[in-house]
Amino acid sequence: MADKLLDVKNLSVDFKTTDGAFHAVKNVSFSINKGETLALVGESGSGKSVTALSIMQLLPYPLASHPSGSITFEGQELVGKKETFLRTIRGSQIGMIFQEPMTALNPLHTIERQIGEILKLHQKMNEAAVKKRVLELMDLVQLPKLKDRLNAYPHELSGGQRQRVMIAMALANNPELLIADEPTTALDVTVQAEILELLERLQKELNMAMLIITHDLSIVEKFADHVCVMKNGEIVEQNATTALFSAPKQEYTKMLLSSQPRGVAKPAPDISPVVLEAKDIRVHFPRAKNWYGKVTEVVKAVDGLNVTIKQGHTVGVVGESGSGKSTLGFALLRLVNGQGQIKFNGADISAYNRKQMTPLREDMQIVFQDPFGSLSPRMSVAEIIGEGLKVHRANLTPAERDELVVKVLNDVHLNPDTRHRYPHEFSGGQRQRIAIARAMVLEPKFVVLDEPTSALDVSVQSQIVDLLRELQEKHNLAYLFISHDLRVVRAMAHDLIVMKDGVVVESGPASQIFANPKQSYTKILMEAALNLKARAA
Amino acid sequence: MVLSPLSKRRLAQFKANKRGYYSFWIFLALLAVCLFAEVIANDKPVLVKFENGFYTPFLQSYPETTFGGDFETETDYRDPYVQELIEAKGWIIWPLIRFSYDTISYDLPEPAPSRPTGKNIFGTDDQGRDVAARVIYGFRISVVFGLILTLISSIIGITAGAFQGYYGGKLDLFMQRVIEVWSSLPSLYILIIFSAMFIPGFWTLLAILLLFSQVSLVDVVRAEFLRARNFDYVRAANALGVSNHTIMHRHVLPNAMVATMSMMPFILTGSITALTSLDFLGLGLPPGSPSLGELLSQGKNNLQAPWLGISAFFSLAFMLTLLTFIGEAVRDAFDPRKTTL
Repeated sequence: MADKLLDVKNLSVDFKTTDGAFHAVKNVSFSINKGETLALVGESGSGKSVTALSIMQLLPYPLASHPSGSITFEGQELVGKKETFLRTIRGSQIGMIFQEPMTALNPLHTIERQIGEILKLHQKMNEAAVKKRVLELMDLVQLPKLKDRLNAYPHELSGGQRQRVMIAMALANNPELLIADEPTTALDVTVQAEILELLERLQKELNMAMLIITHDLSIVEKFADHVCVMKNGEIVEQNATTALFSAPKQEYTKMLLSSQPRGVAKPAPDISPVVLEAKDIRVHFPRAKNWYGKVTEVVKAVDGLNVTIKQGHTVGVVGESGSGKSTLGFALLRLVNGQGQIKFNGADISAYNRKQMTPLREDMQIVFQDPFGSLSPRMSVAEIIGEGLKVHRANLTPAERDELVVKVLNDVHLNPDTRHRYPHEFSGGQRQRIAIARAMVLEPKFVVLDEPTSALDVSVQSQIVDLLRELQEKHNLAYLFISHDLRVVRAMAHDLIVMKDGVVVESGPASQIFANPKQSYTKILMEAALNLKARAA
Repeated sequence: MVLSPLSKRRLAQFKANKRGYYSFWIFLALLAVCLFAEVIANDKPVLVKFENGFYTPFLQSYPETTFGGDFETETDYRDPYVQELIEAKGWIIWPLIRFSYDTISYDLPEPAPSRPTGKNIFGTDDQGRDVAARVIYGFRISVVFGLILTLISSIIGITAGAFQGYYGGKLDLFMQRVIEVWSSLPSLYILIIFSAMFIPGFWTLLAILLLFSQVSLVDVVRAEFLRARNFDYVRAANALGVSNHTIMHRHVLPNAMVATMSMMPFILTGSITALTSLDFLGLGLPPGSPSLGELLSQGKNNLQAPWLGISAFFSLAFMLTLLTFIGEAVRDAFDPRKTTL
């Protein structure tokens, strides 16, 4: 085709590692026409980002190498070209947006310098022209408010604003191709929708080609003309978006498409004993102190919340990052100190000290978001799971303890023979199962689930949700389910609390709120998170 | 012993740093040799066969009368008369170097310090003592001193850092100020004052140097504990009801050990250098003890006898270089970002 902008043929990428070469990308071929959007979809570790970085030739050479393949951009070969040549392409003809706008921007440069640098480098503009162009770009990415604040530093901006600045940088030289590497993953749901709209509009206006790398199928469905599904460094399937979504050919693609947590929570009996009841929970952190050590300014992480959790029920807590969801969970478990009354099984535990809490810990457990950080890397799986047993069932013999570990590993559908391995030998989903097993082995009554699926790949998320539901039914557990992902919450929660800035915006039965949100904030949240799915429904 | 995969990887990283790995074995070999210095360099034989009995003079003292001599005092095996007596009815196995660190030779070809000869391969110092023997004993005392000092100061440093970092708050604030004040004291002057107050010996010097060297680890360990106490798996352990001490020991300490292990070789070199400099100034080990610092100062005072300075310099430089190479390899081994061998 004549208007083929980027053509990648048989591209392979190898990395040198301690155990020989690692084939990150294997014989990948795809092409993008002018003005077209291509999406690379896949789970983490599937080689999406490496493919994108090799287009820019930004991999850590010579640690990385291309055993085969060619990348042609406007008819010019990019693989193996000199740095000086590549620099004329990077930033000027191909722009790139990264996942985390906080670390992708230099914290010591103002946004004007940040954006202006690229203009000066590639177009040799003078100061006045740079300023003019920066202002233009600010309009383009819809940051009119920042036009008076061009000397602001990245930390003074919100996440969404930062990502817009990143986009402005990428667009500064009118590139023909924009590579967006998970452009919205690090952002809150409401902001995600805005950024995606912006990208879509810009692409139409500027007639750019776009390469989107994402694990989120809903973005793909809405945006891309073509989709390449990647798995273990290979493209499993590629097709036009509509064709792929309506008739996926490969098993893996079908699995990806069907793996999104859907559905609603199974109803639980209304009349069941209350496990935990908390009234007027407040957690304030000191932000500033005066010279005498008196607190002058506080951050109200949680400010006056009431929670009631019944046996067999799940209370979902949703909200954007920084809304105090996790702090609420920690406060209920008395892992951070707060004010307010907490009744657990009828006993007021809000004034218990560490020693008094210890026997209760058996009944209240927590599962964390990041399964890589929540398992001690130096302990074997059996040690990790057995640790709680050592504290609370000190009279068990090692053999009895091992028996319980095996049993709980069966419960979370992990092979018990793997219990003597170390966490790093497991995948993210398996690690999360281990973390769940650690909480479940003590047969708790109440479990706080702090974003248990957010750090996992889509295909694994639904499995974990299924597992959690299964365990709840089996042991009649009470859950506090914290998440920013409304789809997952809808699949789990019986009751819902919507939080913003430490206070409750709306609360009530989940089905009611999902069907008929009353507060405007809830509506925005729902729309942002669920409208992307509207086409699928 | 079963190694966790992490330890295996670290061992592989350590071995991959060839320079450090070989340095490690050379250092171990030297240390092993020096620990048996009495068999290598001594003025008493290792084994004596006399009449029908075997004697081990380097372990036990025998009166001269044992070998048919005249005196009730300990045998002087260097006396040609005694040697003749023994060899008439048996034989003598001598150590490699026939001098101990305090053996004074009176039959030197020139006034002490005398130049290297076949008998004194590195020459003698200004009191007629063999330099080679003194280097071997000096190396041993330096390394042993350094190792003990490193070990004790690590134990104190890690404990102090752990408590400060884990509990934080007022304890941390107070201890940090104490450490800041303490480490801003000019340590050399304090050492000079101390050594004027006490008679310096091996253990007193160790105690005095310990006062200053334990501080170096506190900050590192404290920072690691401060960081790690907010890790999810520490939170999870808290949620399980595990006691504070168990958490510190089982979950947080392994993290801090990474920083500690990579600093230890450098603390060791620091300790050795500190002892050497005190000896050089004449404030260190009691007069007569074999020490590289004292040998250096002799070299400075006797510039006409370069073999003094040169032997001290090379033995010190060699030891410190080995330790630094080992330290680099250890640091590589514990570097989580280092993925290639």
